[in-house]
Order: sequence, then structure tokens, then C-alpha cells
Amino acid sequence: MSTMNMLQAINNALDTAMAEDEKVICFGEDVGVFGGVFRATSHLQEKYGKARCFNTPLVEQGIIGFANGLAAQGVVPVAEIQFADYIFPAFDQIVNETAKFRYRSGDLFNVGGLTIRTPYGGGIAGGLYHSQSPEAYFTHTPGLKVVVPRNPYQAKGLLLATIRDPDPVLFLEPKRLYRAAVGEVPDEDYQLPIGEADIIKEGSDITLVGWGAQMEVIGKAVELAEEQGIACEVIDLRTLLPWDADTVAESVLKTGRLVISHEAPLTGGFAGEIAATIQERCFLYLESPIARVAGLDTPFPLTLEKEYLPDHLKIFEAIRESVNF
Amino acid sequence: MMTKYVHQPLFMTGDEFSIATFGLLGPEGELYQGASEPALERDHARRLYQAMLATRILDERMMAAQRQGRLSFYMQCTGEEAAVVGATAALDDADMIMAQYREQGALMYRGFSIDEFMNQLFGNELDYGKGRQMPIHYGSRKLHYMTISSPLATQIPQATGYAYGQKLAGEGHCTLTFFGEGAASEGDFHAALNMASVHQVPVIFFCRNNGYAISTPATEQFAADGIAPRAFGYHMHVIRVDGNDVLAVFEATLQARKIAVEQNQPVLIEAMSYRLAAHSSSDDPSGYRAKSEEEAWRLKDPLLRMQKWLVKKGWWSEEEEASQQETLRREVLETLKRAEKRPPPPLDSLISDVYADVTPALQRQLDQLKRHIRRYPDAYPKGAQSLDLDVGAATDTGGEV
Repeated sequence: MSTMNMLQAINNALDTAMAEDEKVICFGEDVGVFGGVFRATSHLQEKYGKARCFNTPLVEQGIIGFANGLAAQGVVPVAEIQFADYIFPAFDQIVNETAKFRYRSGDLFNVGGLTIRTPYGGGIAGGLYHSQSPEAYFTHTPGLKVVVPRNPYQAKGLLLATIRDPDPVLFLEPKRLYRAAVGEVPDEDYQLPIGEADIIKEGSDITLVGWGAQMEVIGKAVELAEEQGIACEVIDLRTLLPWDADTVAESVLKTGRLVISHEAPLTGGFAGEIAATIQERCFLYLESPIARVAGLDTPFPLTLEKEYLPDHLKIFEAIRESVNF
Repeated sequence: MMTKYVHQPLFMTGDEFSIATFGLLGPEGELYQGASEPALERDHARRLYQAMLATRILDERMMAAQRQGRLSFYMQCTGEEAAVVGATAALDDADMIMAQYREQGALMYRGFSIDEFMNQLFGNELDYGKGRQMPIHYGSRKLHYMTISSPLATQIPQATGYAYGQKLAGEGHCTLTFFGEGAASEGDFHAALNMASVHQVPVIFFCRNNGYAISTPATEQFAADGIAPRAFGYHMHVIRVDGNDVLAVFEATLQARKIAVEQNQPVLIEAMSYRLAAHSSSDDPSGYRAKSEEEAWRLKDPLLRMQKWLVKKGWWSEEEEASQQETLRREVLETLKRAEKRPPPPLDSLISDVYADVTPALQRQLDQLKRHIRRYPDAYPKGAQSLDLDVGAATDTGGEV
């Protein structure tokens, strides 16, 4: 065990994967000598050489197109997009190519080896273009998997599982927690399951669902609720596509109440998908409407970022309203 | 076009063409032999230099303020002032500029006040962008400067479109778009140049080749001889210019503008320069380039070169330099203190401008937010400032959505 922050855990996972399988390679803007603008790929070029860890030209569509071709050839690419806000030039390559490679060829060809890493999320004074949570664009894309870790331990185990998963995975990293989240991480190789939610805390009164950086915010809201005697069950979805509806439904059958929270705007956000599925499966057991605590339906602001964000107080209020409904 | 046949395989690499660099002003502020001065009058030259100097000083002070934690983020134009201001000075002041993000010198030249810069940097109630974007994302409708967008290269095809609109309007204006040699790798760059050539658009593509895209050196960005040769592929006029030579930049842009406006033809300008500062306040270049390299470029400082030329012409003096610097530093500091004390934009600005009119759904979200802030005013000091806290604080249940 070592104490690591999330960046160190991600770096450690990449190092572990590259050491174990020489087909694993890392590339993206500034990931070479510099080790990435957040330093997630630090020392990998030094250790594995320029052929396996390198800078690309500044072209996201090129990075993912190149990665698709590489993966089709049998290499295991881990492509970095510097900020999730800058993933959109690659949208065509991801949505029309990555996600459909296997299906359209009848499995003659696939890009299952591909991992796309990208930092997402707000709370860092990043304004419109360094704060977005674009997960819902991608959860609407069959053929793709979407994974989001909440802490260093989860980040290493999920990233290793992602790299070795037989399907292409978009791995969204909560950049607000890159240095802020610190925890014990095993030094050895380990994987955490993709497609399985994690029940962080059991409770009987209400279920809270989130992922990534929002788990920390939910945790603070839960502390406030528990002070008032509300027993909360907290679930980290971890994988958004395909998501673990069974675990959430089972919890809501028990608690009868559900609050879902994400930073992305409310309308069209992934909480809507969860709410629809859970009301279908738990309709007669629900004690109150399923609540969504999300960003406003606006672009991500800067000066009024705190007002915009679905913080612990907004989640706490949603818990209270649900319980008092 | 007639097909010309050869009967032996002939491969070409582009090395057949060599693109020279246009330069007028030598390192000591003297004209190269055979070079002639552009048509730059005394007052115009002084305006240009003063904008370069003001940009340098604003950048120094604001980076220092960022280091003190007074500002969340900053980016310097340092080292590229001649390229940016020289190009802007060759335009008509009503020509459109669509910049990347490191071109505050263009705004300075056109008369954006230090107050206006500062209000954006602090995202206060007077910021034209209503505190929504990170520092340095300026915009000015009256100065024909499109609001900055962080995603790289998106402005380049937009410039082609904007300039096509100017051609249709027939008022003799053009658009100049700035971008870096890194951004020129984006697909948008190629789309922009091709469409501009095909549709005969009065647009100037001004590439600031400053050697680095964050940590990535130009040598890892492209294998060819810079950006300039790409123009051939689109059958476009192109010139490479010493970006630290303000006279050459000015003259090249002046000529490019004539081609754009008089012939409705796009032009690519590649200005060779160097990003003397870090990419941004979040960056530390010591991790990827040598100090000695920076020092070598510091000797080619574009401000110093222009200053020497001006002094030789008797259009500027050391005394004037000293007093101007002093005045500017004082103005920047005083303005900074004013701007950082100003209140944030009102809470209602969170939902305005998403659409032309606020939608009912957004209004409900804002109303809900206001009820929430009234309940917890201390947790939202900025939002609470623009709310009357007594209204509805105790009675509201906040239940409706």
C-alpha cells in the first residue's frame, strides 16, 4: 500500500499496464517529456521510450482517429484528450467510429483495446471550457463504455480494468480531485469491475446516487442528513454505460426514495435515464418523487460557479424534501 | 487545367520550394541593407509602440497579481507584441479580428481601456462577458474584436465565414484571424483555408509561430517547414515574416490586406516568434525547455528592437520610455484595485443570454436557486449580494420545481 493522490494512482495504473503488456501505449497533447498538463503520464516516456509514450500534434479528431486505427490493428492505445471540454472535435471518431466498429463489421474488426482518458468537471474556476461534464453525450452512444472513478483506489483499479476491457471505454477523470483526493492504493496490479456500482454506505431511509467528484459532495450532504437522523444509502455508479440498474433498484426498493446528483445540466443529463428506469422498476415502492440535483440548464459560468454547482447544501435540501414529502 | 505528363516517376516533398523570411528591421533597430521603411507615420508608429509597451506592462503586472492570488488565471503576450500589434496596426480599425487568446495587444492598440481589461480579468459586474469566462477572454463589439473562445482553432473557419459576409456587404472590410502553430494542426484550420480559397474570401490567416504549444515544440507539431507551405495546397498567397520585426509584420499585413480587400483573396501570414513567457499561469516551462533557449530569444525582444528604431528616428526617447512605463504601471495598479473591489455580476446573469429570451424552465431554475440562497446566504456570498435577503427567507419551503 502507498498513499497516493488520484494523479499518482492514474500514473501508477498506466505504468502497471505498460509494464505488464508491451502493446499498451499512451499518447496525446503534451503527454511525452512533460508528462501531460496534469502530469498523469509523468516519466512514462522516460521508462518505456518515445515509441510507446509520445506527444501528438494538437488535433483531437486526429488523436482518436489514429487511436481507432491502432486499436483495430491490435495495439492497446490509451489516448488522452487534455480536457473533456476539448473532446468534441473527436466526437465523430468516437460516436460514429469507436462505438460502431465492431457492430458494423459483424465483429470482423473491433477497437476494443481503446481507452480514452480525459479530465472533466468544475469547481476549479475553469469557466465555460475547463469545467464541463459531457458524460451524457456519450452515454447516448451504444457500443461505448463510460467509466468515472471517485478516488485514487478506484481510479487505479478501474483504469486497469478499462485498459484490459474488450470494449472501447471513455474514462472520465474528475480533475478537481486530481490532487485533492488522497488515499491508500495497493502497489500491486488489481482491477475493479466495470458495469458494477459500489454501495459506499448502507442506510434505510433514502438512496443517493452519483459518480466521480460528485461522490465527495454527496458525502458532505449525507453527513448533514445523518445529523438529523436520516439514514442514507450511498451508491457510486462508477460505470455509466452500461450502468448497474439492479443495484440502484434494489436499494430503492428498500428505501423508497432516490436523489441523483450530477454537475452537468439537468435537462438531458444522465440522472433522467436513471430516474426513468427506477420509476419503472420501483413505482409502487416510491415514497416521494425521484429528485435530481444538477447544474442549471446553462453553459458553465465562472464568477457565479458556486451558485451554479449542485453542492452539498442543495443535495441536503433535496434529501429533506424527499423525506418530508 | 491541362495535365502535364512525365515518363519517369517523380516524387516531390515540398523541399523544392524554400520560403524566405521577410525582414526589414535588424536586431539593433537599423534597416537591413536594401530594405525600405514602410509607410508608417510618426504618430502611427508611436501609437503602435505604445500599445506594445502597454501590453508588456499589463502582462507583467497581471502575472504578478496572479502569483499573489488576486487573479485566478493569466496568459501573457510577451515576446509576440510586434507580431500582434504590428498586424493590427496595418488593418483598418473597423476590420474584424478573431483572435485565439494571446492577442491582448490587438485590443490595446484599438483602445480597449485598462479598466475594460481589468473588468474582464476580475469577472465583475462591468465585464462585458458578465463574468462567465476565464480571464483574458476579452471581446469588444465596438472595437471589432470577437469574444475569445478557449477551444483552439474554432475561430479560423469562423473568420472565413465572417469575411465572406464582409465581401457580400461590400464595404471593403476584411477579417484577420490569429492562431498559433499548434492550433494549425486542428482540422478547423484546414477547412478554413480551403473554404477561403474556394470561395475567394477576404480573410487574413495570421499564424503566430511561437515555437511551442504548451510543452510541445514545433518540431513535434509538424514535419514540414513550418505552416507557410500549407498555403500552396490551397492555392493561397502566403508570406513568412520575422514576427519580432514590427516593421516587417506591419508591411506584410498591409500588403496582405490589399490582396484580401482588393482581390477578394485570402492570405496566410506566418510570423516567426517565440513565446517568452509560460503558456499560462498554470504552466512551468522549466519542465520542457532550457533557460538558455529563452535567454537567446530575450535578446531578440521585439519591443527593444522597435524602441531602438524609434529613438534613432527621434520619435521616442529614453525619458519618454521611463515616464510612460511609470505612468502605465501606476494606472494598471490603480485600475486593478478598483476592479477587484467591484461586485460580481447579478445572480440573474446566470440564466440570461443562454437564449435570446429566458425560457420558463430556466426562470424556474433561477427562482429555485434564489430561494435556496436565501436559506443559506453565507454559503453563497457572491450570489447573495444581489438578493434582497429578507424576502421569503422564513416562509419559503422551496418545494416547487
